[in-house]
Amino acid sequence: MLQDLTDKFESVFKKLKGHGKLSEKNISDTMREVRRVLLEADVNFKVAKDFVASIQEKALGHEVLKSISPAQQVIKIIHDELVALMGHSNTGIKESNMPPTVIMLVGLQGSGKTTFAGKLAKYLKAKKRNPLLVAADLQRPAAVEQLKVVGNQVGVNVLADLNSTPVKICKESIVHARKGYNDVVILDTAGRLHIDQELMQELSEIKENTNPQEIFFVADGMTGQDAVNTAQEFLKQLDFSGVVLTKMDGDARGGAALSIRAITRKPIKFIGVGEKFDALEKFHPDRLASRILGMGDVVTLVERAQQAVDIESAKKLEKKLRRQEFTLEDFFEQLQQIKKMGPLEDLLKMIPGAGGKMMKGMKVDEKALVYTEAIISSMTKEEKRRPNVLNGSRRKRIAMGSGTSVQEVNKLLKQFQAMQKMVKKMSKFGSKGMPRLNF
Amino acid sequence: MASFFEKFKQGLAKTKEGFVGEISSLVKNQFEIDDDFIDKVEEVLISSDIGVATSMEVVDDLRDHVNRIGFDHKEELFTFLQEHLSKSLDRTTTDFVEGFFQPNKKPYIIVLVGVNGVGKTTTIAKLAKLFHQKGKTVMLAAADTFRAAATEQLEIWAKRVEAEVISTQQGADPAAIAFDAGKAALARDVDVLIVDTAGRLHTKVNLMEELKKINRVLDKAVAGAPHETLLVLDATTGQNAIMQAKQFREVVDVTGLVVTKLDGTAKGGMVFSIQKELQLPVRFVGLGEQVDDLKPFDAETFVEALFNEN
Ligand SMILES: Nc1nc2c(ncn2[C@@H]2O[C@H](COP(=O)(O)OP(=O)(O)OP(=O)(O)O)[C@@H](O)[C@H]2O)c(=O)[nH]1
Ligand SMILES: Nc1nc2c(ncn2[C@@H]2O[C@H](COP(=O)(O)OP(=O)(O)OP(=O)(O)O)[C@@H](O)[C@H]2O)c(=O)[nH]1
Ligand SMILES: [Mg+2]
Ligand SMILES: [Mg+2]
Repeated sequence: MLQDLTDKFESVFKKLKGHGKLSEKNISDTMREVRRVLLEADVNFKVAKDFVASIQEKALGHEVLKSISPAQQVIKIIHDELVALMGHSNTGIKESNMPPTVIMLVGLQGSGKTTFAGKLAKYLKAKKRNPLLVAADLQRPAAVEQLKVVGNQVGVNVLADLNSTPVKICKESIVHARKGYNDVVILDTAGRLHIDQELMQELSEIKENTNPQEIFFVADGMTGQDAVNTAQEFLKQLDFSGVVLTKMDGDARGGAALSIRAITRKPIKFIGVGEKFDALEKFHPDRLASRILGMGDVVTLVERAQQAVDIESAKKLEKKLRRQEFTLEDFFEQLQQIKKMGPLEDLLKMIPGAGGKMMKGMKVDEKALVYTEAIISSMTKEEKRRPNVLNGSRRKRIAMGSGTSVQEVNKLLKQFQAMQKMVKKMSKFGSKGMPRLNF
Repeated sequence: MASFFEKFKQGLAKTKEGFVGEISSLVKNQFEIDDDFIDKVEEVLISSDIGVATSMEVVDDLRDHVNRIGFDHKEELFTFLQEHLSKSLDRTTTDFVEGFFQPNKKPYIIVLVGVNGVGKTTTIAKLAKLFHQKGKTVMLAAADTFRAAATEQLEIWAKRVEAEVISTQQGADPAAIAFDAGKAALARDVDVLIVDTAGRLHTKVNLMEELKKINRVLDKAVAGAPHETLLVLDATTGQNAIMQAKQFREVVDVTGLVVTKLDGTAKGGMVFSIQKELQLPVRFVGLGEQVDDLKPFDAETFVEALFNEN
């Protein structure tokens, strides 16, 4: 996608070389492409239009053509502007002087409120807070039961009463929190449509009765053009204070975030990246901007690698690679480190272009990883260092020990040989360029 | 930056007057199609999540029609657009009994799949009601063993629509429950078995493999099953719905779509591209959270709604 955009820009700029500054006419072709990219990322039609207009103004004055790569420079202008519009990373939560602090979660049906309630509770608990989850969805079948299970899973108390009403239980929760020494109260409200006046009114009543310090609008990251309508109505009714974007672990480009920002100007607080309760991330404007432009999320990838790979062993490995001493033992260690970075398929997605065509047909089989680990663990030290000692009976023993089969063992050894060859080739190139990820 | 936001707000206020009104006034004054006009049509199309490529095609066809034939009246232009759009949607399967349910296959097994939170479980309840009303016996399989209280949710619905549920505890193997349900449906001679699956993003390879397994074991339990695999799409989803459709279809034999949450302001325009690229017909639309809020898909009504201001 980014390559797409760069190529298109480059061909536009080629024609213009030597003409000095960009003129309005010159740049409009480029801007059409930018608009297309934004629309394909689900940025709202009008938001995209206005954004392109503002970029056009900015790009006009620039002496783009004198730079080495005008295409890249224009992309940078666009990227920077997107980042600026997105606001800052901000996970701060406004506190009440008189605990509990009340956080109210609102949004459309199925956007991820209850799951986020669990994530937030877990996050706060890790910060030594004592949150209380409040089941204010008395509408959806088993919504209360769901929150109870969630509370149990994250080890946080849940206040629920099927015979109460949403307004009543929220109001009560504050008294309840004071008694139970809960310093934060999280209100999990029912999903509702922004055009459902009665239910929107109910939210206003909950707000009036609990005076929340924060109201988070929880929005599905895959939302399309309609994001502006819903965000606008929820804002009008509740003047919410922050936005949570969920389900960003998929391959949606997340243009809804820009639409919601444009219409509400409220900060994006958290990003949901999975169904489990630790799948919560801070919002990084630069990454989201890259993602909307289809540039891949290299930053996250590098960051995860940095977290997972300890420098010492990375250095050791590099030396080994240079000397072509890479053994099964090292291979095993590498596997451990990759595993620490999170599910492989998530990692692959962050590589630009990997989400789409490039990796098609390439299956990430976490089970194979488990097999590989089991097989290597069943080897002796000597076998790990010098796999050529592995004769038939040894292979049989390893297969037995690892609960796999001889074929599986053979397959792994073959793969390892291929890898050693590749390592040999790679080490000829030295270690310049890319940040070392030790894959 | 401020100016960008200001401009945007003004723009939004203006469009509240409604597209139909604006187009009408445009058409009244001139029958030539200028950039402004095209822009307006494009806006309606793209705002419905129809996508850039498809909307450009429609606009091109419109332009072409004007050049060759022209419009005498503004109504003609609407008719052209509506017919043009609804023509591109499959309409062979809107009749519930003849087009969808096949009584000679018993139990008739339907699996619902889709990403998280789109409305699979609710749609199952609605479908069960529909079958129940037609005098069919229905069994439900709670094969979402992942999400908190997914089984309880299905059980509550089942009680309301008088269906039987086959379930197990959280964390169990969803394929095993699907298999058991298939066998149970056969043994108890029910007409229809509907299998609820956990929401999963189409990018998660292992979860998609799990889905494959569910469909595979169903075939083992009842040869030829599942007879339908419905992909549920949330109308508020944007262009990602196309990726969802592609990936799900690659893994399981998706036979049709259900588009939910069309009672909101989202239009579900992404089904045009899905129809075109994958030939997947929309079978049903979800129009609310209650058990009666499921309707067979009707292309004309669907297209008409694209042009309605909410
Ligand atoms: N992949 C993924 N799934 C998520 C994420 N957040 C929530 N989900 C899933 O989305 C589905 C709906 O989540 P809920 O938390 O029940 O949504 P809700 O907004 O409370 O739904 P209602 O109460 O019915 O309006 C569930 O299957 C969740 O597991 C996320 O960040 N990533
Ligand atoms: N407005 C509206 N809401 C709907 C519709 N269909 C489902 N919902 C709501 O959407 C939310 C999610 O519905 P579920 O049926 O739990 O969705 P699901 O796909 O089973 O979710 P997971 O199993 O978590 O992936 C619930 O709050 C439903 O009440 C619809 O057609 N219109
Ligand atoms: Mg909920
Ligand atoms: Mg469900």
